[in-house]
Amino acid sequence: MDQTVIPSTVEHTRSVFPEGLTLDCGSVLAPVEIAYRTYGTLSPERNNAILICHALTGDQYVAETQPVTGKPGWWERMVGPGKPIDTDKFFVICSNVLGGCMGSTGPRSLRTVTGENGISREEPWGTDFPPITIRDMVRAQRLLVKQLGIDRLFAVIGGSMGGMQVLEWAATYPDMVFAAMPIATAPFHSAQNIAFNEVSRQAIFADPDWHGGRYWETGAIPARGLAVARMMAHITYLSEEALTRKFGRRVRRCDEPVAGGASPGALSTFGEIFEVESYLRHQGSTFVRRFDANSYLTITRAMDWMDLGMEHDGDCAGPFRETRTRFCVVCFSSDWLFPTSQSRVIVRALTRAAANVSFVEIESDKGHDAFLLDEPDFDRTVVGFLSGAAEHAGLSRRTSKGH
Amino acid sequence: MRLDQRLIAKMITPGTRVLDIGSGDGTLIDHLFRTRGCDARGIEIDMGEVTRSVAHGLPVVHGDADHDLAHYPDNSFDYVVLQRTLQAVERPREVLRQMLRIGRYAIVSFPNFGHWEMRLKLLLSGRMPNTAVWHTPWYATPNIHPCTIRDFLALCDEDGYRVHEWMAIDEEGDRAPWRRSIRLANLFGEQALFRLGKGR
Repeated sequence: MDQTVIPSTVEHTRSVFPEGLTLDCGSVLAPVEIAYRTYGTLSPERNNAILICHALTGDQYVAETQPVTGKPGWWERMVGPGKPIDTDKFFVICSNVLGGCMGSTGPRSLRTVTGENGISREEPWGTDFPPITIRDMVRAQRLLVKQLGIDRLFAVIGGSMGGMQVLEWAATYPDMVFAAMPIATAPFHSAQNIAFNEVSRQAIFADPDWHGGRYWETGAIPARGLAVARMMAHITYLSEEALTRKFGRRVRRCDEPVAGGASPGALSTFGEIFEVESYLRHQGSTFVRRFDANSYLTITRAMDWMDLGMEHDGDCAGPFRETRTRFCVVCFSSDWLFPTSQSRVIVRALTRAAANVSFVEIESDKGHDAFLLDEPDFDRTVVGFLSGAAEHAGLSRRTSKGH
Repeated sequence: MRLDQRLIAKMITPGTRVLDIGSGDGTLIDHLFRTRGCDARGIEIDMGEVTRSVAHGLPVVHGDADHDLAHYPDNSFDYVVLQRTLQAVERPREVLRQMLRIGRYAIVSFPNFGHWEMRLKLLLSGRMPNTAVWHTPWYATPNIHPCTIRDFLALCDEDGYRVHEWMAIDEEGDRAPWRRSIRLANLFGEQALFRLGKGR
């Protein structure tokens, strides 16, 4: 097998919670392990902690080299000493989500099963991993936060699916969240976004190496299906302008076999490929080296079930009544995956709940991924919101003097 | 801070909840938070101003008086402020109604179309008056619903709002001396400032 198997040699920092969690689906998942990273120093008052929630395919390595890929942390430009989320002032926590594949309990974790012969053995959960929700991810994070000795987070910040977690944090544990910054996200997953997720999942199911989710038995991974899922999803993270700017209609020679093994050649249909195709193939092939297909299914499903209004007769304001959390909702003008209109639904719900809310739409042509990229107005917004909130929380005097 | 903003700030009891519609660069809400301990929040239509305000740590949402007030719950603020904007909204009467639904008091300032200079210029030239306050030509002005101080009082009367305080102010925002007579204020006041409440 030439397919790269995800390295399992990397040891992630994690906490084990033997009592586990009761999930929204009703089943009890125990034990639960949560892999996490922290940056900066927790103040003696334990009041300067910021939890960062990662997106669908992100992980806990927010501000340092990712040990599996060797690439920089996914938000290094935002988090670090002197950065907008300043680790000289704040104690930053980021954990791998429940259901993930970077050390937290998920479909790739081992469980003990008893065979027909009565002999117990260990095998990955795979597709038997219980369905989880965004709120379950948040419950797992809460176990970690409590274990770190923190009763109230100064802020919870995240984009995309991370933003969904921010909203669920504020909805589920309002007294534990002083400030919340949901970025490029939505109060419920739209039909269009569920549709995109379904295409991704079907691509995985259609891979001959999928084997009903028990691909570990053959030593292969459904790499082609997972790569196609990633390619499709990646398009939704960008924008027409961004793709045009980056690739236009530029063409290059194709040296690798494509289209089901058809041999490349200057005169064949796919002897030359557009640069955008090459880029997407690269995105797909690097993704399968670091991500587990069953995790992808579990997490996309959790996003699909996201709906803040579900338990409140469809009223997204319901979970936020009496909230004292300060919110800052941010979206990006060219984001068509989580468009401004969906952020506006959040803002209006928070307004109906009489919450303290700021709302900014950042002008950008970079699409959904803009929250990960260089957007000076966004940086200023993060800095300003955090410093304003710190002042209200009584943090600023201490932090402005340093430790 | 503009002088009329100081006059507005003086109308506001410390420690109260204030919503500033059209908060601009956030000067008033910043002042109310820092010097009067208010829970002051803003709505602003210009995204550049919103970003600047939030980057200063102020709670401001992007939105406008015509479309976003309906989402606020009843009586969620003590004061709802609308500075120099009433004449530019689509439905001023509805905006006032929303302000007094959301807040206990509405503080409203607007440029007075009844100022003597307006009257004289229209009378003598037969053209739309052009003054320091009303300085954009008719085809480009955002001021689609200009009114005089007496017009405004008539609307308050019709809709049953009580005028708790009023004053005429000049363009610099300084308080004008016409405190007793509405008719004189309507003739000599360039701007008007009102604090309204529910019921007569």
